[in-house]
Amino acid sequence: MDVITNILLLFVSGLLTNNFIFSKFLGCCPFLGVSNKVETAMGMGLAVTFVMALASLFTWAVGKLLIAFDIEYLNTITFILIIAGLVQFVEMFIRKSSPSLYKSLGIYLPLITTNCAVLGVTIINFDSYVVMEGGLGLLYSVLNGTFSAIGFMLAIVLMAGVREKLEASNIPKALKGFPISLISAGLMSLAFLGFSGLFAS
Amino acid sequence: MDWILILTALGILAVLGAVFGVILGVAGKKFAVEVDERVERIRDQLGGANCGACGFAGCDAFAEAVVSGEARPDACTPGGAKTAAEIGRIMGVEVDTSAVPMVARVLCLGSNGVVGERYEYHGVRSCRVAAGLAGGPKQCRFSCIGLGDCALVCSANGIRIEDGLAKIEREKCIGCGMCINACPRNVIELVPADIKVEVCCRNTDVGKAAMSVCMRACVGCKRCERECPQEAIKVIDGYARIDHDKCTRCGICVERCPRLCIKFV
Repeated sequence: MDVITNILLLFVSGLLTNNFIFSKFLGCCPFLGVSNKVETAMGMGLAVTFVMALASLFTWAVGKLLIAFDIEYLNTITFILIIAGLVQFVEMFIRKSSPSLYKSLGIYLPLITTNCAVLGVTIINFDSYVVMEGGLGLLYSVLNGTFSAIGFMLAIVLMAGVREKLEASNIPKALKGFPISLISAGLMSLAFLGFSGLFAS
Repeated sequence: MDWILILTALGILAVLGAVFGVILGVAGKKFAVEVDERVERIRDQLGGANCGACGFAGCDAFAEAVVSGEARPDACTPGGAKTAAEIGRIMGVEVDTSAVPMVARVLCLGSNGVVGERYEYHGVRSCRVAAGLAGGPKQCRFSCIGLGDCALVCSANGIRIEDGLAKIEREKCIGCGMCINACPRNVIELVPADIKVEVCCRNTDVGKAAMSVCMRACVGCKRCERECPQEAIKVIDGYARIDHDKCTRCGICVERCPRLCIKFV
């Protein structure tokens, strides 16, 4: 039972209460850069989900290795290495095995290599789950990565929807373009702050 | 100082780096996708504006389509004869490069004050939306609305709105035709760049109906038709049309038009 409750909590936390963009402010660059259209935002979200789940899996293994050798302080640089290598590998693999998937995901994959949301999730995983004894940490790591990424996708798709509407609105000249997008992002962040009241204790 | 610890850290990272390096190296060889080098060379010849005039998703898609035989080498209108010849050279085929480049023209003179106003428009800044609202903010239902749908889509950034009328900068126009699709009034047309005389009105009403809405509307009076020494002008469906094969650019119609809607462009 405990495990199921934890998983449910991870889900709600990743999507709403600890949303990566709106409460952790990680991954803001692609959030503003690739949110012009709902369709491209969706593509980016899927690519991030894919990479974050994979990265959680691999960094768990390497994190265990770091702990075994007592060099946990090297986690940042090691994880950057792993993520960069992983994304490169995945890009090559997709390009060869599925050209159509490569066409829809391919242009976003290089963007993810240096995405702080991916690095962020691996470090959060390292601090809370990799140090756990037994195999349960692996499950939590991967699920945390996946749910956080789905939260990222939710945020970027919502933002894209708002920005599509903004395109057609009569906005004062001084606020046109990025200023109004940043204001909308701030308002959405405030709205998501409301979810943190879900769990009082 | 604990040298062992430093050496362990160094060793672990070096090993990890080396492992990833080897994996990527092997994967790079194993998953290499063969790309026809002609695609790259054709792509270098294209402008890179991704305007879509060729009918493909962008310059990359066009280059691939040419190599696979789906697209004609001369389908890149913005690139013109020079690009067509280069692509032809890469593909090893002869390309007819005698065609005159096409440019877009706004065939309306209804700037603010020239054409009457139907109502004051304060809605969404889009011609397409305004056109659907009681026939548009201008009295002429054929005129340029001047809210800049064309300027928004122009891949060369060469359209400005002046006095409520779209103006295309000739040197910038690459003839991609995006503005034509964007215009809800169909007053932008793609014409060969060497055409010099043009009837700048598409109002199909005749006589008073056309005269009352715009100071420069073609009213179909047929004066140009009578005066043209080459018999190159015909009034069809309410406005004059010039047969550019017969036209000698003598300028008589430009002088005689009582509505001043035939112009040297």
